Amino acid sequence: MTQIDTHSTATRTRTTRRRVRVSRRTITAWLFVLPILFLFLAVVIGPSIAAIYYSLTDWSGIGSARFIGLENYQRLFFEDSSFRRAFFNNISWMAIFLTVPVILALFAASVLAPVKRGGMLFRTALFIPYVLPTVVVAQTWRILLSPTQGVGALLADMGIGGFDRAYLGQTATALYAIAFVNNWQWWGFLMVLFLAAMQNIPAELFDAARIDGANRWQEFRYVTVPGIMPTLVFMLLMTAIWSFLIFDYVFILTQGGPAGSSEVLGTLLYKQAFNRFEAGYASALGLTMSLFAGIIICIFIALRRRGWEI
Amino acid sequence: MAAKPLGRRGLAPALTLNYIVLVALTLFALLPLGILVFNSLKSNTEIGANPLGPPRAIQWDNFPQAWEQGGFATTTRNSAVLVLGTIIGVLVFGGMAAYSLARLQLPGGDAIMLLLLVISTIPVQLFLVPLFFLWKQIGLINTHAGLIVLYTAINAPFAIFLLRSYMIRLPTDFEDAARVDGANEIQVFGRIVLPLSWPGFLTVGLVVGLNVWNEFFLATVFISDPDLFPMATSYYKFASRFSRNWSLTSSAAILMIAPVLVLFLLLQRRFIDGLTQGGVKG
Repeated sequence: MTQIDTHSTATRTRTTRRRVRVSRRTITAWLFVLPILFLFLAVVIGPSIAAIYYSLTDWSGIGSARFIGLENYQRLFFEDSSFRRAFFNNISWMAIFLTVPVILALFAASVLAPVKRGGMLFRTALFIPYVLPTVVVAQTWRILLSPTQGVGALLADMGIGGFDRAYLGQTATALYAIAFVNNWQWWGFLMVLFLAAMQNIPAELFDAARIDGANRWQEFRYVTVPGIMPTLVFMLLMTAIWSFLIFDYVFILTQGGPAGSSEVLGTLLYKQAFNRFEAGYASALGLTMSLFAGIIICIFIALRRRGWEI
Repeated sequence: MAAKPLGRRGLAPALTLNYIVLVALTLFALLPLGILVFNSLKSNTEIGANPLGPPRAIQWDNFPQAWEQGGFATTTRNSAVLVLGTIIGVLVFGGMAAYSLARLQLPGGDAIMLLLLVISTIPVQLFLVPLFFLWKQIGLINTHAGLIVLYTAINAPFAIFLLRSYMIRLPTDFEDAARVDGANEIQVFGRIVLPLSWPGFLTVGLVVGLNVWNEFFLATVFISDPDLFPMATSYYKFASRFSRNWSLTSSAAILMIAPVLVLFLLLQRRFIDGLTQGGVKG
């Protein structure tokens, strides 16, 4: 009897000790993630939830906010013509970035993929614009796009007229000029991503295609593109999301002008919040921009569920 | 139909066209940078007559002048504080979280990974406005600390993903041996895991450092005191103040990109791998 008792006590002590050790381990594990979770709470999660509330208020940023229901959204969608114009500029931006840099990067990557000697050198050179600061790229191209001293002026001197125009200063071309500058910095990055994906395609597939008599285009269409499909689709998705969030190049090059012709949602939000101090309205705008990004993710997931191979 | 030989010699002639295309693309990528270098070495009068060509008379004097006029002594220090502060924050807190997720069998670890994914897709624009006025209320506007906290939170998800996947691949033998010898988790982390996963930390440090050095949007919003400007916002103001003096703005641009370019060319493979793995730059 005594013996059994001792035995069970011993067992109990052992399990208790193990439980204590397990929970100490758990506590340690949580202590390691707690600081960053706290940071996320303070910087991202808390203010995001606050933004949902403030978007329903009239708030200048200082003092108390007055609850006004959906009034901000009503104004945004039905009354604010600058919102509408900015929205369509973002859509144009998306159309440009889903095509121009993607085609250029696909082309460059498939030209670079078979090159062995010097391949790394080209890869590095084409990547360089991506690591440059936006402010410097913008300033460089401001000079190059200048009608009096830029490339257009040089062409005019050589007798090729018609290109010496103030691309950044005219309502018809400002947005496209900004997109061009941003593209110049962006496409090399895309190219390196595509290149890495292409180099993961087994070489036998290319050999097989060539033995079957495929020409370069068919090789690209039936071997390369399917091979890099996951990367391609992911980057198209990210591009579509980022198209609604652009700010830097527009703000630096034109501030949304001339006459609002290059205004995008990002610059509009900045002006509403920090120049006009309509923080409630700006919150509604920020939430709307995020919703556009969210809708794109939902479309993507829905297409995937319906069996699209993306 | 006879297949063409697939060996090296068989393919070599066909690549001539590839090289021509690649050289043309490289010129497109690097020529603007070359013109920037040219302009940084010309006098402003020469730019008027010769805006795109190589300089006829080299003006080394532009650089000390741009350094002086652009307040680079201050902005370099400000940018360095932001870069180093953020790198330390991301590596310490992100590294700890990655270690916990990779090694400590954190209960609810999957939920935290999901949370990280959500956080990394939330656009800054969603929480920017309330965050700005919150920071204003608690006195973090116009402080480097306030911006470092923000940069740390934004860069952390990428860092945790990368470091976690790096740590998972490490062999556990050393850690187990250290634990048997009575080391606690902090000692295991500091003495075993950190030294073994330093390449991951280096990659994250470089990518985060580059992001912060180049960052413009948040620096514009959160810092309005010129004495605290990092290089990016200071350069923006400088370029509009001297908008008629392209030799000075070009020299200042070279001063700003020189450290980035040197570091990139020295550690290009690590930079490219890190930036493409991150894949995400807003």
